[in-house]
Amino acid sequence: MDAGSCNGCELEIHALNNIVYDLERFGLRFVASPRHADVLLVTGPVTVNMREALQRTYDATPAPKWVVAVGDCALDGGVFAGSYAVVGGVAKVVPVDLHIPGCPPTPQQLLSGLLALLQTTS
Amino acid sequence: MHAFATILGDDKAVLQPDHRPWPRYQVDEAAWIRAAHAMRNGVCTLVGYWGEAKQVHLALATASYDALCVLSLACPEGHFPSIALVHLPAARLERTIADLFHLRARGAADLRPWLDHGRWAAGVGAAPAGSAYAFLPVEGESLHQIPVGPVHAGIIEPGHFRFTACGETVVRLEERLGYVHKGIERLMAGASLAKAARLAGRISGDSTVAYAIAFAGAIEAATATRVPPRAQWLRGLMAELERIANHLGDIGAICNDAAFSVMLAHCGLLREQVLRAAEACFGHRLMMDRVVPGGVATDLTDAGAVHIEALIGEIRRCLPPLISLYDNAASLQDRTVGTGFLRPELATRFGCGGVVGRASGRAIDVRRRPSYPPYDQLAFDVPVLMQGDVNARVWIRIREVECSLALMTQMLRRLPAGPLATTIAAGDNAGSPQEGMALVEGFRGDILVWVRLNPDGSIDRCHPRDPSWFQWPLLETVIDGNIVADFPLCNKSFNCSYSGHDL
Ligand code: SF4
Repeated sequence: MDAGSCNGCELEIHALNNIVYDLERFGLRFVASPRHADVLLVTGPVTVNMREALQRTYDATPAPKWVVAVGDCALDGGVFAGSYAVVGGVAKVVPVDLHIPGCPPTPQQLLSGLLALLQTTS
Repeated sequence: MHAFATILGDDKAVLQPDHRPWPRYQVDEAAWIRAAHAMRNGVCTLVGYWGEAKQVHLALATASYDALCVLSLACPEGHFPSIALVHLPAARLERTIADLFHLRARGAADLRPWLDHGRWAAGVGAAPAGSAYAFLPVEGESLHQIPVGPVHAGIIEPGHFRFTACGETVVRLEERLGYVHKGIERLMAGASLAKAARLAGRISGDSTVAYAIAFAGAIEAATATRVPPRAQWLRGLMAELERIANHLGDIGAICNDAAFSVMLAHCGLLREQVLRAAEACFGHRLMMDRVVPGGVATDLTDAGAVHIEALIGEIRRCLPPLISLYDNAASLQDRTVGTGFLRPELATRFGCGGVVGRASGRAIDVRRRPSYPPYDQLAFDVPVLMQGDVNARVWIRIREVECSLALMTQMLRRLPAGPLATTIAAGDNAGSPQEGMALVEGFRGDILVWVRLNPDGSIDRCHPRDPSWFQWPLLETVIDGNIVADFPLCNKSFNCSYSGHDL
C-alpha cells in the first residue's frame, strides 16, 4: 500500500508484474484486499493523513503477516523527513520485517528482497 | 504586456522587478476581480494560484499561451476576493490556500478544507481536528453510495472516491484528496538549491524529469542563468523518454482495465525497455536527479546514443501491430468508445492540459507555446482530437509516442557539443529578491513552478503546480451517467497524480 509515496516506488512495484520480472513465477502475487494478504508492501514516508489508513490496513491483514517497507522514504521519511505532514517511516506506525532501500528500488532489488523474505519465513 | 492591459487597468498595477521571464504585477482588488472575469469569459486561462504569508498570487495565460503574467494581491487582513465565486476551476486551489496559509477567499461557496484533514500538528492547518469531512449531499430515489479508498485494490496512490449510483449508473462522484500531502512547499522554504531540487524531483515520481526541468527552469529564470545548449537538448531527450515510458504504461493499463491484458503485457515490455535504456544512458531508470539547476548531471555517451537509436527502432517496429490490435478488438472498443466523455468547453474552461485536454479539442502544449529549449528549435506535431472519450485519450497517447520518437531522432542527430552545466549565480542581486517561473510539458500536461530566492541563494518560496489540479475536477464530471465498472477506465485514461496534487 502507498502511505504517501511520490509514486516512483509504485512504478517499480508495477514493473514486477511485467513479463520480464513476472513476479507470479515465484508464487507471489498482488491481492486486492489486505484480508487476502500475507505480506504488506508499504511505500512512502507515511503521511500524517495516511497514518490511520496504514494502521487499519495492517489490522485488517490476517496473522501471520509480514511488513516490507519499500524505498528510502519508508525507512525514515527520506527527503520528506521533518515535515509537519509526515510521520517519518513505516516502522513508526506498524512493525517492519524487511526494508528494501532505494529511491526507488529497482524491480531486481524488490524481487531479491521479497525472495529473501520467503526464504527466511519458510 | 498589453495582452493583460484590460485586467491591469491604467495605473494601479505595479510591475515587480526581477521576476522572469514573464512579468509580475502587484494589483488591487479591482484588478483581481477583473482577472476572475477575464478567465470566466475565456479571455485568459488560469495556470496557477497559490498563497504565502499575507499574499496571494495568480498566474494567467492568454487563451493561446502566447503571453503569461502573475498577479499578486496583498491581503493584510487575511482575506481576498474569491476567484472561484466567478471562475469555478479556482475552487480547490482557494481551499488549499486557506489550509496552508490561513487566508480566506471572501465569498467562496465551498469553504471546506481540502488538503488539510484536521490531523496535522496544532497551528499548521486550518481544519478543526477530528471533524468528519462533509461530503456534498445527494438526494433522490433509489440512490446508494459506494465509498472507495483511500486504500485501493490495485497498486495505485491513495485517494477517496464517493460514488452515488442508481443501480449500475453513477449519478455523482465526489473526490476527496490530500492523503499524500507531504508538506513539500514548507520543506522547500529555506532549503538549499540542491535539497530543493531533490524534492522537486519527488513531487510526482512518474514526472521526475519534467518537474526537475521546471524547477531548474524557474531557478535559471530567476537568476538569469544561461544553460549550455547540450544540457538543454539532453533535458529534452530525457523528457521524451519519460513521456514515452508513461504513455506506453498508460495505454497498456487502460486496456487492462477493460480486461484486455495482452495490451498491458506488450506495452509493459516496451516500457521496461525504455526504462532500461534510461538506466543505461543516464544511470537511473526514472532519471531522477539527472536534471539539476544549471544543466544536467549526466552526459550521453556515443554508446548511449546508439542505445537510444536502437530503442526508437524497436518501438517503431513493435507499435504498429499493437495499434491495430487495439483498433480491431471489438470488445475493447466497446468499452473505450463513448466512455467518459469530457466536453471540450469544460476542458477549455478548466485550462485542462496534457492528453486529457488535447483529447477534448484543447490544442495547448507548452512545448509549442510559450515553448522553451530545445523545443523552440524542433519540428513536431501536437495531436488533437474532439471526441473526448477514453478512446480519444488512448489515441492521443499513441500519437504522442510517435511524435516523441520523431523528436528524439531529431535531438540525437542535432545534439550540440559543449559543457553539461553552468553554475547558478544566485544571490548577487542587491535590490529585490530574484523570482522566476517555468512552464514545462510533462507527460500529464503543463507543470508550473514558481520560485523566489533568498539573498544567500537558498529557496524562500517555491510553488509547484501539477497539471492534475485542472484534471481531477473534470474526472468527477466525465463519470456521470457511466456505469460504476467504467470508472477504472475513466480514471486510468486521465491518470491524474495524487502525489503531485497533494504536494
Ligand atoms: S523512496 Fe524515492 S521513489 Fe520511493 S516514494 Fe520515496 S521519494 Fe519516491
